[in-house]
Amino acid sequence: MSVDWSWTADHADELATLTLSHLQAALSAVLLGLVISLPLAVLAHRVRPLRGLLLGLSNVLFTIPSIAVFVLLLPVSGLTRTTTVIGLTIYTLVVLLGNTVEGLDSVPARTKEAAEAMGTRPLRTLLTVELPLALPVIMAGVRIATVMSISLVSVATYIGDGGLGQLFTDGFQRDFPTPVIVGVVLTLLLALVADALLVTVQYVLTPWTRRQRSA
Amino acid sequence: MIQFDTVHKRFPNGTTAVHDLTLDMPEGGVTVLVGSSGCGKTTTLRMINRMVEPTSGAIRVGGRDVLEQDAADLRRSIGYVIQQSGLFPHRTVLDNIATVPLLLGWGRRKARARAAELLETVGLTADAGKRYPHQLSGGQQQRVGVARALAADPPVLLMDEPFGAVDPVVRTQLQDELLRLQRELSKTIVFVTHDIDEAVRLGDRIAVFRTGGHLVQCAAPAELLARPADDFVADFLGAERGLKLLSLVPLAGVPQGPAPQDGDWALRLDAAGAPLAWRHKDGDAADLPVRPLRDGDSLLAALDESLASPTGLVARVDAEGRLTGVSSRDDIHEGAARERDRCVRGPVGADHAVPRAPAAAGSTRDDVEGRA
Repeated sequence: MSVDWSWTADHADELATLTLSHLQAALSAVLLGLVISLPLAVLAHRVRPLRGLLLGLSNVLFTIPSIAVFVLLLPVSGLTRTTTVIGLTIYTLVVLLGNTVEGLDSVPARTKEAAEAMGTRPLRTLLTVELPLALPVIMAGVRIATVMSISLVSVATYIGDGGLGQLFTDGFQRDFPTPVIVGVVLTLLLALVADALLVTVQYVLTPWTRRQRSA
Repeated sequence: MIQFDTVHKRFPNGTTAVHDLTLDMPEGGVTVLVGSSGCGKTTTLRMINRMVEPTSGAIRVGGRDVLEQDAADLRRSIGYVIQQSGLFPHRTVLDNIATVPLLLGWGRRKARARAAELLETVGLTADAGKRYPHQLSGGQQQRVGVARALAADPPVLLMDEPFGAVDPVVRTQLQDELLRLQRELSKTIVFVTHDIDEAVRLGDRIAVFRTGGHLVQCAAPAELLARPADDFVADFLGAERGLKLLSLVPLAGVPQGPAPQDGDWALRLDAAGAPLAWRHKDGDAADLPVRPLRDGDSLLAALDESLASPTGLVARVDAEGRLTGVSSRDDIHEGAARERDRCVRGPVGADHAVPRAPAAAGSTRDDVEGRA
């Protein structure tokens, strides 16, 4: 198996387009997943009986095979990017919802009580105390969800999308390994870069968790 | 002033935390709530800023019923120092202190300026303001907790075992600092502790609670120590309550005479007249140290010094440290006995009791009300 570099050079533009499309699908799914997870997590955190129901549901959704999800979505949204994003979003929920609930649980009761006793109203406590303190755990979930989505986008090749995944079918059908290898490498790079960026974002957003400076 | 009027708190699980409490906490004074765990002292404190809602009865702060005020607004007008500081781990020390001013809409600049000012007030350096709470020691965190409570200059301060988690040396320092601050600020402070020594040191009045949320006695420390209402209070005060009482009485009332000139031991003074040491007349023995006492020092300190002194005499000095005379061990004992008599037989409570509008027919004495 060797890489045909001239093919790579000839298809540079196409590779760039596929990479961007791949990234866009994955990021859309994570963002949508967050938008859905945050309010649900707050609900699950506050209302005990709902916790098991919501977390259980996100687990059940996670166990549906990905191809089945896309097939099931076809009557709803057809062979579109929307189908890809919805399908991926469903898989992000299990980590995003779980980690956000866990993050909110990890906020010390004493700290919440202090906020309340200072006269902070509940919504402000959620936004300025609970979510910031839950951020490290939430971000851990966002990182997993992002990497997972980036690797899952390829599955959407079955519905004519799939970003870099299209390179796999292309290479497979023509018995030509170069696109497959390039596709795998680019997917990996994309995941690594996205993860590194998220680590940086977290570092910037959570200055209090950094190593203690010497006094 | 904070008034509790037949306040009852029963939790949903059926336990009564506070039992028909009627109590006044005087303005500008420190009221300490003491008792063993589960006696309702913390619940009592938390009802003042509505962290806990009473089942029945009324609580008024500055004449206004707390239940008629918006809970968040009420809390912003009352400083709160929580156990183990309860600082926000994700905010710098400065921003922690600025919490309530920011909630009140002062704007970031003004709130931070006020926070910086308070850092100094509680004895922290400006550098500490930029750090995060976990980068400070336990004692420093407690200081930040006090600064945060003082930020919006509230007239009332609630302190829930604020010094419970620090070591004894730091604890004493923090108590001294609080007393110093209180002399400057004259806040109405409600302080919860299970440590009777802390209560005696800090309290203008001490309210002793018994399990089941019953107030047993509320009195000034000296009165409480001299006249515990019952065996429960006496037990709670401990075996050394006589000595604790002496720690509250200043030496000023004990007579003093001229320093001995012709005894075995004489006081050696420096040029300004400050005592240096006890010296034996024949030089048979080495000089013994002297710890001169001022009028404001306690009878307990005087007793201690008279035991250490070779003659049983205590050197007394003025504010500048110059010798004014000596007091004998007998004088100190008499002073102690006199003080005890005064507390035990005197018109107890007359000069301490807080007059209040009688809610119902009956005595105005708190300790009687507490048992009623």
